[in-house]
Amino acid sequence: MVTTAVPPTGSTSSRTGRNRPGGHPPGRRLRLRNTFIGWTFILPNFIGFAVLTLGPVLALFYLGFTSWNAFGQAEWVGVENFRGLLTDATFHRALLNTGYYAVLHIPLTLAASLGLALLLNTKLRGVAFFRTVAFFPYITSIVAIAVVWNMLFSPDAGVINQFLTFLGVDDPPGWTTSTDWSMPAVVIVGTWRYMGYYMLLFLAGLQAIPPELYEAARVDGANAIQRFWNVTVPGLRPTTFFITVMLTIESFKVFDLILVMTNGGPGISTLVLSQYIYRKGFEEHDFGYASSVAIVLFGICIVVTVVQFLINKRRER
Amino acid sequence: MTTLSLDRRPAQTARLRQRTVGRTVLYVVMIAAAVAIMIPFVWMVVSSLKTNNQVFTIPIQWIPDPVVWQNYVDIWAKSDMVTWVKNTLLLSVGVTFLQVLTGSFAAYGFAKMRFPGRDVLFLAYVGTIAVPWQAYMIPQFILLSKAGLSNTLWAMLALQTFSAFGVFLMKQYYESIPDELSEAARIDGLSEYGIWRRIVLPLSGPAVATLVLLTFVNTWNDYLGPLIYLRDRDIWTIQIGLQSFVSQYNAEYALIMTGSVLSVVPIALIFLLGQRFFVQGIATAGMKG
Repeated sequence: MVTTAVPPTGSTSSRTGRNRPGGHPPGRRLRLRNTFIGWTFILPNFIGFAVLTLGPVLALFYLGFTSWNAFGQAEWVGVENFRGLLTDATFHRALLNTGYYAVLHIPLTLAASLGLALLLNTKLRGVAFFRTVAFFPYITSIVAIAVVWNMLFSPDAGVINQFLTFLGVDDPPGWTTSTDWSMPAVVIVGTWRYMGYYMLLFLAGLQAIPPELYEAARVDGANAIQRFWNVTVPGLRPTTFFITVMLTIESFKVFDLILVMTNGGPGISTLVLSQYIYRKGFEEHDFGYASSVAIVLFGICIVVTVVQFLINKRRER
Repeated sequence: MTTLSLDRRPAQTARLRQRTVGRTVLYVVMIAAAVAIMIPFVWMVVSSLKTNNQVFTIPIQWIPDPVVWQNYVDIWAKSDMVTWVKNTLLLSVGVTFLQVLTGSFAAYGFAKMRFPGRDVLFLAYVGTIAVPWQAYMIPQFILLSKAGLSNTLWAMLALQTFSAFGVFLMKQYYESIPDELSEAARIDGLSEYGIWRRIVLPLSGPAVATLVLLTFVNTWNDYLGPLIYLRDRDIWTIQIGLQSFVSQYNAEYALIMTGSVLSVVPIALIFLLGQRFFVQGIATAGMKG
């Protein structure tokens, strides 16, 4: 198991044992051996990863072009599934709902998490406690959260509508029982859940901005608002970019929150792409068609990542 | 303070007062935000100590009267909570152990060794970051079903163990350990496996702690995996058990809240004990993703 031989005496450049006695081409055997050892380190994880993630991702692009219910065999049908998607009203609705969720969720979460980070980026006593509180929703289980929020959103006697009535709202929304308000309700819970996570990323970003910049701005007479726009915002650009990408992908794959909170309802008012994949695949056992929807989801996530990456690159120039 | 001259004192106290006011405002805002964020949890705990009729009252009763501890006794009889917790614990511990072992092992190969093919392999990990699990859950399910693992806890173990995240996190940390250390050990005749076990792994305590906590929490909270793979009641995890409990006893609000509290408490405890590592993990791995 010893990879490196004891340095031969008299050799001058034997720091890593590269020069071996015995006339072999120096380094070649060692490199081979090194490669072998390197692979043994990586393979235990990589085999699992390749079989369970890479393989399925590749298989997806075959399945999407087949017709397959759980009992028969996969049958190649070309772009038939995708032609079906073009006229599938439920799919269109799911796509639209997913976009709607993203459009509400991304700016709201960005604002909330940045606000929290700015608020909690101080050295005041007890600030760690408040950070813990803000992060807590992120690590609690989705089922418990969804159940509690559903009760808070209860139209008649729920905490939220009682509060709204108290504030003087005469006709508070029906939230998860109303087709118009169910998506905003889900977005509120999503934002509440994830803002603590992105707050931590923003905090790390804020702490990476050199304090000298603030000092210089202050010397130049910049007030707090000017300092925010001219020091904080540019300084946070890489963080904001990264968070926007993460938020976008997270929004497009939103699933378990909706599954437990509304199950896509009422009607299909909160049906999203991931859930449509689930329904087609695991409830209707239409693996081929479900895979074609999954390819669309895959495509969206890749395109979003690439586009945002390109935009950021251009802006940096 | 002792070196202040007399004429500067009024300005000083004015600034001091301003700062005190600023601080007070800041604290008030922070407390308000904290209360707003925590309300769902407070309501959850409060409701779990009420009778069903008291859960939805107008106005809201924030202090249960009487306090119904009985819910915490009844839930064990009315649900299979013991089985769920047992399965979830088994799974969480198993996944965490394997994830840390294989993840840190692979990370050593990526961070501390140089050999052909390394970067291609790493690219494979990177390439799948932007791909959501929801997109390939169907081929994965077909694969595991064909392997006869569907409806077993093994499927969950396989599903959750080999995440790219663990490899990234550990690789990130290993790269911060100076190469001179492993170099020196190599000269002393330690094998690569020995370097990993005796030098690099012992030095990466914080990263391991982070990975352990995050993996444990993720496995405990996973709902979608068990939903798709676990059909038999006796291998259900806490999340899927709780969800079925909710639909079975949908009018027993207080009892549902009791179950929710029980599903959150272990995670809350782990989080409070190790929150430093969560924060570190997200700050380091999150940024590189």
